Amino acid sequence: MWTRHILDEKDFLAEQARKSEIRCYDRARGTMKTIRIWNRERETLPESKKAQLQSELLLNLVKRVYDAIPFYRDRFDRAGISPKDIGSIRDISKLPFTTKDDLRYNYPFGMFAVPLERIVEIHTSSGTTGKPVIGGYTEADIDMWGEVMARCLTMSGTSERDIVQNAYGYGLFTGGLGVHYGARRIGANVIPISGGNTRRQIMLLQDMGSTIITCTPSYSLYLAEVGEELGVDFKKLPLKAGNFGAEPWSENMRKEIESRLNLLALDIYGLTEIIGPGVANECMYKSGVHICDDHFYPEIINPDTGQQCDPGEVGELVITTLTREATPLIRYRTRDITSLIPGQCRCGRTSVRMKRLMGRTDDMLIIRGVNVFPSQIEEILVKYEGLEPHYQILVSRVGSLDELTVLVEMNEQLISDEIRELETVENSIRTEIESTLGIKVAVQLVEPKSIERSEGKAKRVIDKRKI
Amino acid sequence: MKIRQISVFLENKVGRILEITEILGEKGINIRALSLADTSDFGILRMIVNDIGKAEKVLKEREFIVKESYVVAVEVPDKPGGLAAVLRVLGRENINVEYMYAFFEGLQDRALLIFRFEEPDLAVSVLEKHGINVAGEEKLGVR
Repeated sequence: MWTRHILDEKDFLAEQARKSEIRCYDRARGTMKTIRIWNRERETLPESKKAQLQSELLLNLVKRVYDAIPFYRDRFDRAGISPKDIGSIRDISKLPFTTKDDLRYNYPFGMFAVPLERIVEIHTSSGTTGKPVIGGYTEADIDMWGEVMARCLTMSGTSERDIVQNAYGYGLFTGGLGVHYGARRIGANVIPISGGNTRRQIMLLQDMGSTIITCTPSYSLYLAEVGEELGVDFKKLPLKAGNFGAEPWSENMRKEIESRLNLLALDIYGLTEIIGPGVANECMYKSGVHICDDHFYPEIINPDTGQQCDPGEVGELVITTLTREATPLIRYRTRDITSLIPGQCRCGRTSVRMKRLMGRTDDMLIIRGVNVFPSQIEEILVKYEGLEPHYQILVSRVGSLDELTVLVEMNEQLISDEIRELETVENSIRTEIESTLGIKVAVQLVEPKSIERSEGKAKRVIDKRKI
Repeated sequence: MKIRQISVFLENKVGRILEITEILGEKGINIRALSLADTSDFGILRMIVNDIGKAEKVLKEREFIVKESYVVAVEVPDKPGGLAAVLRVLGRENINVEYMYAFFEGLQDRALLIFRFEEPDLAVSVLEKHGINVAGEEKLGVR
């Protein structure tokens, strides 16, 4: 048990830094030393060496996908590109992009670069339209995943002495197992509690004395809320840091999470297509997420022209998986809008940093960690006579959790003089949307013409979350 | 002998019923009976008015969604046990009431019960068979 008095942010950081230090035996020198970086060699590579490594990996990758994946061979051929045209990482801009539609079109195994017997695990994306996006993992991919996640968890100060309460969902969702592999790699004690069951989460936080928590930022606030209701004093818990991700959040949320849960709250970034969590994480200087760029090569492009942006310019994040064996991707368009931060971080890592996500180039919403596309809801509503096109999706944050409400205009076909019949309509739409999206939603019948009509593209989504 | 009722869909917002009554008032339409059914976010205003065609027209012009349905009006003496006598008949004949509302006409010392049945015609014939006084639209001053 430890107590702390925060005088200012500097003290706070210094204290967090002390806590994250790992005293360990340095074999080479035969002495004890302090380290805070999981893979010091890879995470502090000088620019030139890094470029050399990335170039080697890219050359190898391009050859692999050209030989093993007919989709890429065809793409390259049509673009008039051959693997021998790629001499270094700078040539990456010659390569064609890969989109989510490409992945769907090649579902389930069209994007696999290795025979199925080499696959040891499969994950899929959450709640996307129709077929999910599949990620395959070889033994080496799982190993790489553990490595990058260990880096991320080390950034929040996780060591072999820590207890990681992993409240990301275990299953097809990459969150649970990704964090699990990283924590195991570090040698921490993982509590694989998965998502939900908030009272039990609180109980274990107290009884096990968990020091690290991993979950979505909104769920962490929900934990705070429930804990406070139960009279838990978070200042008396050993909890010291959290890796929060799988949904967008803000500096304001960070302040709230840190003060209510009394811990260091860091952002973790990842996506199923690339590996899952572990693509990037903030170090305790909180100045952008460090991308594990010896495995995932980031570019920022202009989403309209496809041209690379200047350093520091805002655009769409594109990632190439330099080392992924099973489902490697060339210049994958993440649809996330952000920018890369030039210059080196105070933490000593040279891995490139990325700013908080500023939005999406598509209309995807992230509700409680689940990806939701308005088109999924529209597909359900068109089945009801007269419902479409007058509907609207309202996203709000009630307390600390996101709520999605679908407003549906009443019409001549639906109206009844009996409440029961209208409630049946509401319930049937709600059940159908919930089973498609996999999250709870509300459906509300509203008066005709009450949903704003706009010229041109209808305003389908009103996101009232202040995050 | 069934009579026509109009139902209007309303969101639970301040001033919506006022708006409807004002529209009807301006056009000289008289509300003869009214009931409001509600849930947490919407309601249905059911009315019997003296000019149904005109009421529907003016409400639709103002973008309200209106539904016409048939209900049965039953006249009972305004004294204890009046409603029970009617419900006993319905119960014995196994006729389910979807919903009902009632109002009282002071001068004539009687109450009018408005019933919504799944099969209004069947209900009317059953009620009349048992000597219960089913009122027609003219009794309610409906044109």
